[in-house]
Amino acid sequence: MKVDMSWIDYLIMMIYFVFVLGIGWFLRKFMKNANAFLEAGRSIPAWVAGLAFISTNLGALEVMGMTGSGMKYGMLTTHFYWIGAIPAMIFLALFMMPFYYGSKARSVPEYLKLRYDEKTRGLNAILFAVMTILASGISMYALAILLEKVLGWDFNLSLWVSAMIVLVYTYLGGLSSAIYNEVLQFFIIILGLLPLVFLSLKDVGGLSGLKEGLAPIAESGGYATDTFVTTWKYTAEATSNPLGVEWFGILFGLGFVLSFGYWCTNFLIVQRAFAAESISAARKVPLIGAIPKMFIPFLIIVPGIIAIVLMSDPGKGFTLPLDSNGRPVYDYTIIMLLKQYLPAGVLGLGITALLASFMSGMAGNVSAFNTVWTYDIYQSYIRKRTENHEADDRHYLNVGRVATVCGILLSIASAYIASKFGNIMDFLQTIFSMINAPLFAVIFLGMFWKRTTGHAAFTGLLSGFLIALTHHGLTAPIGANTLFKGGWIAVIHDYPVEMAQNFWTAIIAFTVATTVTVVLTMLTKQKKTEEELTGLVYSLTPRISDQHLPWHKRPAGFAVLVAIICVILSIIFW
Amino acid sequence: MVDIRYPIGLMFTILGVLVTVFGFLTMSDPGMYQKSLGINVNIIMGILMLVFGLFMLILALRKRKKE
Repeated sequence: MKVDMSWIDYLIMMIYFVFVLGIGWFLRKFMKNANAFLEAGRSIPAWVAGLAFISTNLGALEVMGMTGSGMKYGMLTTHFYWIGAIPAMIFLALFMMPFYYGSKARSVPEYLKLRYDEKTRGLNAILFAVMTILASGISMYALAILLEKVLGWDFNLSLWVSAMIVLVYTYLGGLSSAIYNEVLQFFIIILGLLPLVFLSLKDVGGLSGLKEGLAPIAESGGYATDTFVTTWKYTAEATSNPLGVEWFGILFGLGFVLSFGYWCTNFLIVQRAFAAESISAARKVPLIGAIPKMFIPFLIIVPGIIAIVLMSDPGKGFTLPLDSNGRPVYDYTIIMLLKQYLPAGVLGLGITALLASFMSGMAGNVSAFNTVWTYDIYQSYIRKRTENHEADDRHYLNVGRVATVCGILLSIASAYIASKFGNIMDFLQTIFSMINAPLFAVIFLGMFWKRTTGHAAFTGLLSGFLIALTHHGLTAPIGANTLFKGGWIAVIHDYPVEMAQNFWTAIIAFTVATTVTVVLTMLTKQKKTEEELTGLVYSLTPRISDQHLPWHKRPAGFAVLVAIICVILSIIFW
Repeated sequence: MVDIRYPIGLMFTILGVLVTVFGFLTMSDPGMYQKSLGINVNIIMGILMLVFGLFMLILALRKRKKE
């Protein structure tokens, strides 16, 4: 399965590395204090932050995993890009950014501190810090394994070299360097994968050839002939589509709970909007990111769907490597397509695109980790601010730099743990990501109901997290052969697929967190005054007036445009 | 701080020239473009990157001129 690379491919990769490191080197002179290093001095233009917002989400696991999902579920995978992202991004832009940005909070945990109390911030900060390290380590491990199997590179060498490049540019230029490089990486990913879409589509006879090729495959799987090229048509019942989830699970589980939990409260993503140069720019960031987000499926999911047809035609010579159980490894779909279609030259561009996606994901994790560590853990519990603000600033800048180094080293350590105990690491990441749904419930109530109290929020957050854990322990997807997939307490309910289990875990966690927070709010006393809550709660914050701007420059006008595009795409692929 | 369009424009201009030249040099290699269905994808992508790189550089220079 090895891909042979030539000198031109390595040269393209080297040029990319030189520019990535050069951006970090150039920005180092601007890193004079903690604000510049950890918050990019709140000076990033909207379009730069918007592309970085999406690039952070385009990590290696996303690119590899979503192409693999395209091969398993067809166009149903686009739910993660349309209903599972766009409404949440619009909501973040219109309703949440004014409070995040306007409150001068430097992170999501700090917003929780300002709105609620210290213990709610502490719980979120610690869980988030652990989650980013785990995610970064798992992503690093996946990339190193891929480079070892496909390019024949040494596992240790590729792990350390890729991590060191990210370390150098984030250490030198902080969040600014991560964001600027994410924009560069965004364009590399787009241009690197573009030829793959056209060549593979041409090979199966264009769109009509693709539909014809998919029909017998869908039929043999017991589905309608056009199942792989539709998104909503066969979601009346979970068993009538390969995703194994019915419309309610998709709409409420993915479209509301999971996506709002991820896009609106995950600091890894919203940190890019926090770095924008003004409140108006911060509100545009998710909307600018939403435009490419809607079209990325054509770049990474469509090749996965094409691979279904290629696999079924022995004449095409397209195969996937098999795992130890003899099943195809779907995550390697994209790299096998690169090998199948790209000659020397553009092959280097494609491999560089995969490396760029890994780096943007990892730099995002590290820059979010060092901000949360410095402001929400170190500054809160280890060394608080003193009277000497200038000395403090220098001190926290150094802490931020040390946190960057430690974040990378911890990620490398977790990558090695993943290489020995992959299932345990996946399990831990699943567990820690369960905080997203209850966190959204608590932040949503805090922003839109001034009565919500700190004690209620903390208990709601914790109970939502614990109920998600319990639900995972009591249910399992059918055919699960390991307790890491669920059912580690007892199996009282089976889900048709793991995806359905994830959706319902989030729905139940969100519902419990909301209920507990509302009930306890009724029973506890609000300790914050209305003055303290100004800028943090919708009803106590003056509206931002943008009536003097033309419609397309207003966030609401821009949001309508984004929503219309999303609806049109959903109708075309209904 | 810095206009990101400079490094983006410069990098894609360099990559565009490199890949285009490589595409022309390997034009007559019979086996080279067999797997890309006979299409010299290097020339196409090289020119695309070159145009994109120059476009970004022009945007950055125009902004600097305005300022």
